[in-house]
Amino acid sequence: MTQALLREIIDYANRANPYPLYEELRRTPVSHEGNGPYVVSTYHEIQSLLHDPRISSDSRNLKATGDDPLGQSADDEGTALPPSFLKLDPPDHDRLRRMTNRPFGPPHSPRRVHDMRGELHGLVDGLIDGIATSGDLDRVDLVDQFAYPFPVTVICRLLGVPHEDEPRFHVWAETLAASLDPDPDADPAQRGKGTMDARMELGMYLAGLIEERRKNPGDDMLSQLATADGPDGAMTTMEALSTSALLLIAGHETTVNLITNGMLTLLRHPDVLKRLREDPGLAIPIVEELLRYEPPVQLLPQRTTLCDIEVAGVAIPKGASLWLMLASGNRDPKRFENPDRFDPDRKDIQHLGLGSGIHSCFGAPLARQEAQLALSELARRLVNPRLLQDPPQYRQNAVLRGPRHLPIACDGVLPKAG
Amino acid sequence: MSGGGTRDGSLEQLKREGRIVVVGASLAGLRAAETMRDKGFTGSLTMIGDEPHEPYDRPPLSKQVLLGNAAADHTALPRRRAIDADWRLGVPATGLDMAARRVRLGNGDEVEYDRLLIATGVRARPWPNPEEGELAGVFVLRTRDDGEGLQRALAARPRRVLVIGAGFTGSEIASACRERGLKVTVAERGSAPLVGALGAVIGEVAAEMHREHEVDLRTGVMVTALEGDPAGRVRAAHLSDGSTVEADVVVVSLGAQRNTEWLAGSGLGAGPRGIACDAGCRAFDVRGIVTDDIYVAGDVARSPHALFGYQFLSLEHWGNAVAQAETAAHNMLSESTDRRPHLWVPAFWSSQFGVNIKSVGVPPMGTEIIVTQGSLAERRFAAVYGYQGRVIAAVTFDNCRWLPFYEQQIEGTAPFPPPFTTVDRRPEGNKPVPADFPDPSVPTHGPTITLSGYSPADRKMTFTPGH
Ligand SMILES: Cc1cc2nc3c(=O)[nH]c(=O)nc-3n(C[C@H](O)[C@H](O)[C@H](O)COP(=O)(O)OP(=O)(O)OC[C@H]3O[C@@H](n4cnc5c(N)ncnc54)[C@H](O)[C@@H]3O)c2cc1C
Repeated sequence: MTQALLREIIDYANRANPYPLYEELRRTPVSHEGNGPYVVSTYHEIQSLLHDPRISSDSRNLKATGDDPLGQSADDEGTALPPSFLKLDPPDHDRLRRMTNRPFGPPHSPRRVHDMRGELHGLVDGLIDGIATSGDLDRVDLVDQFAYPFPVTVICRLLGVPHEDEPRFHVWAETLAASLDPDPDADPAQRGKGTMDARMELGMYLAGLIEERRKNPGDDMLSQLATADGPDGAMTTMEALSTSALLLIAGHETTVNLITNGMLTLLRHPDVLKRLREDPGLAIPIVEELLRYEPPVQLLPQRTTLCDIEVAGVAIPKGASLWLMLASGNRDPKRFENPDRFDPDRKDIQHLGLGSGIHSCFGAPLARQEAQLALSELARRLVNPRLLQDPPQYRQNAVLRGPRHLPIACDGVLPKAG
Repeated sequence: MSGGGTRDGSLEQLKREGRIVVVGASLAGLRAAETMRDKGFTGSLTMIGDEPHEPYDRPPLSKQVLLGNAAADHTALPRRRAIDADWRLGVPATGLDMAARRVRLGNGDEVEYDRLLIATGVRARPWPNPEEGELAGVFVLRTRDDGEGLQRALAARPRRVLVIGAGFTGSEIASACRERGLKVTVAERGSAPLVGALGAVIGEVAAEMHREHEVDLRTGVMVTALEGDPAGRVRAAHLSDGSTVEADVVVVSLGAQRNTEWLAGSGLGAGPRGIACDAGCRAFDVRGIVTDDIYVAGDVARSPHALFGYQFLSLEHWGNAVAQAETAAHNMLSESTDRRPHLWVPAFWSSQFGVNIKSVGVPPMGTEIIVTQGSLAERRFAAVYGYQGRVIAAVTFDNCRWLPFYEQQIEGTAPFPPPFTTVDRRPEGNKPVPADFPDPSVPTHGPTITLSGYSPADRKMTFTPGH
């Protein structure tokens, strides 16, 4: 029964609205069947597991059962690159994350994200101008024309990856993002091979760039990762590769969904859209509520137990696979009043949208800033925007969930500010 | 009107037109006042504070302010809402008439109340020799004015700073001095910094942090005298080991004293260890009977905690002041059956030498300690304190994201030593060792948690049953 429910959640047919399924799932805070994963769907249980040192993110601790009914391979990173810090435990995780953070955030680079604001604004302005000049306001695809190119350009600039190469790494990134998706119908062997090839190619591509930056460092993050020599020493080439691959992919496969889910939600709540148009400051609570209401990462399918534990009365054995259903926890009525209501005035909004604990979203400050800027500018400049298709067509991915296209129409585009 | 909050409508009347007086206009006082207004209290609210400033935040005083990154007068506490109060700032409360329900003020005024909240906190323990304490260049650090004065003295680049006492505040001051490139000596009576709060195992880690940052750390010594120059400026300190430290700034950081003297003779159960109250923040009178209309919150309160054997805990913790104030405010405006206990799990943070230190639970109750994650040598770890076979506290150095887990372990009275494996468990964390707290009968300054009602140093007690 649980397994059937899980299949339904993963089933593409339910992508547009998985929330009723999550509601059903929450009746059993920890559900499990056969060889499947232990699925945790309630807020407090997820929250505490994210802080539980008996839970590992390193898939090498997973007991290989061999016949996982959902076709999840134990190590989908293959051997091409070592695991990124997303899939490592302390102390390795801490060291790599710390080193990656040096050029990115406080205390060593406290203003990096903040100082990108002007640049981000310019990109948003340019993309919206592009919509205006495309000539066809009766059919704008908000994903292709805005929500995808924006974060990709940003992460490229931040890392120092040439934007012209986007078509190349886009394919690898898609493949790797898809590898997170527990697709029951895919042939695991086939998929594993595709994933490995993509990692290999992306790795080789980045290796070339890093090599170049070692000789000619700039002030981009790739240069800093390649040449850093702080208290933690230097990253090995392989570490720098898997870290930059992680940043490149995570930097654009999630924000695109946050922005698109955001616009979709706003268009479904015209009153909020109107308020945002009048008060761009409202973007801050709106984005937080979006991270609760429509989080871009719906679930974390990669945790495993280091020893036998008990969660909500259920004994979970050592080496078991855990799925933490973030999006379900975010709608847990035991935690949030009226959880299915989109309410940017909500005061108590400790959502799970960016995770929690040591693996909480590394790029959160950047993602927040991008989404706040994108949504407030779209709200301000698009005249009378409306959805052409509701629900829109979704991407295949159940983990990184969001519309593939978001066709809208509007009556005009106001000029940019200033 | 009656203060007894019964179901005859008097509670409604209290909420509508009652008189609530808050003594102590700082963190606990402000948060309580805001909570009362949130709960629909529309009566008159009087905030009495002896400091002239509006409520401000103290933790930054020993951190950002000393570093010169924030001005002392920019630490005002953010307001959660308007509280529409009658502010009496710069005036101390000097007495309490419980029978007449009146608070006496230093300027001769009297204020009547239906409900009273006492949140007078603590003050820095002064240098025991008043004459020496008066020397220019000698500081304590508790108030905004203290912070401003000390920051100015540091900005003038003294040749050496002497910090007396290496509790949390003293260590933070030493850390700020080093960050400013100032020479600093720390004199500590205990065997290591933080030993009263976290025990000698962790104290040893703290000592290494000091030394590594080139603090001249002297442990196991007491400062016996301060010496001034003819102009009345401090110039040197004499230590019990016979040595002398020349310093032009001396910071006395010897812990705190509770602000309860103004209650002497009032009949309230108030003394040097604070004001005893029940788990619902209602103050006890001297007969051990709980009052109906007087509540206590924050650093000045001592209240029993079910998780820790109903010990009366006094906590000098920011989070405790907030949580206890909210509970007190709630209970002041509730029927007896709707009241809530203040069962906050003690939690504390500090930041020194670039390390983020956090603790939950009551470390000084611990007899053993085990490192469950990371390593002491790397100064990045989580360690758990055990008491009679259960987890009683935990501390993290640069590892605070795991702390909620250990808090749950404490709340769940989990067994000690923890039987499970964790991520980042190193060989050194395989068995518990004695936590090594100093003998409680030897007073250490500023443990920030006082474990029981009477001081273990007060060996002589007389019990005089009344009539
Ligand atoms: C330098 C410093 C750093 C700190 N750092 C941390 C930290 O990192 N983490 C942490 O958890 N905690 C920290 N603390 C502790 C924290 O600031 C206190 O726990 C908190 O301020 C307690 O709030 P309170 O309202 O109970 O008491 P207080 O803030 O002490 O307020 C009491 C107020 O009452 C006034 N008062 C006293 N007597 C009278 C009277 N008779 N009449 C009128 N008014 C009176 C006092 O002047 C004072 O303004 C720090 C404290 C200091 C001083």
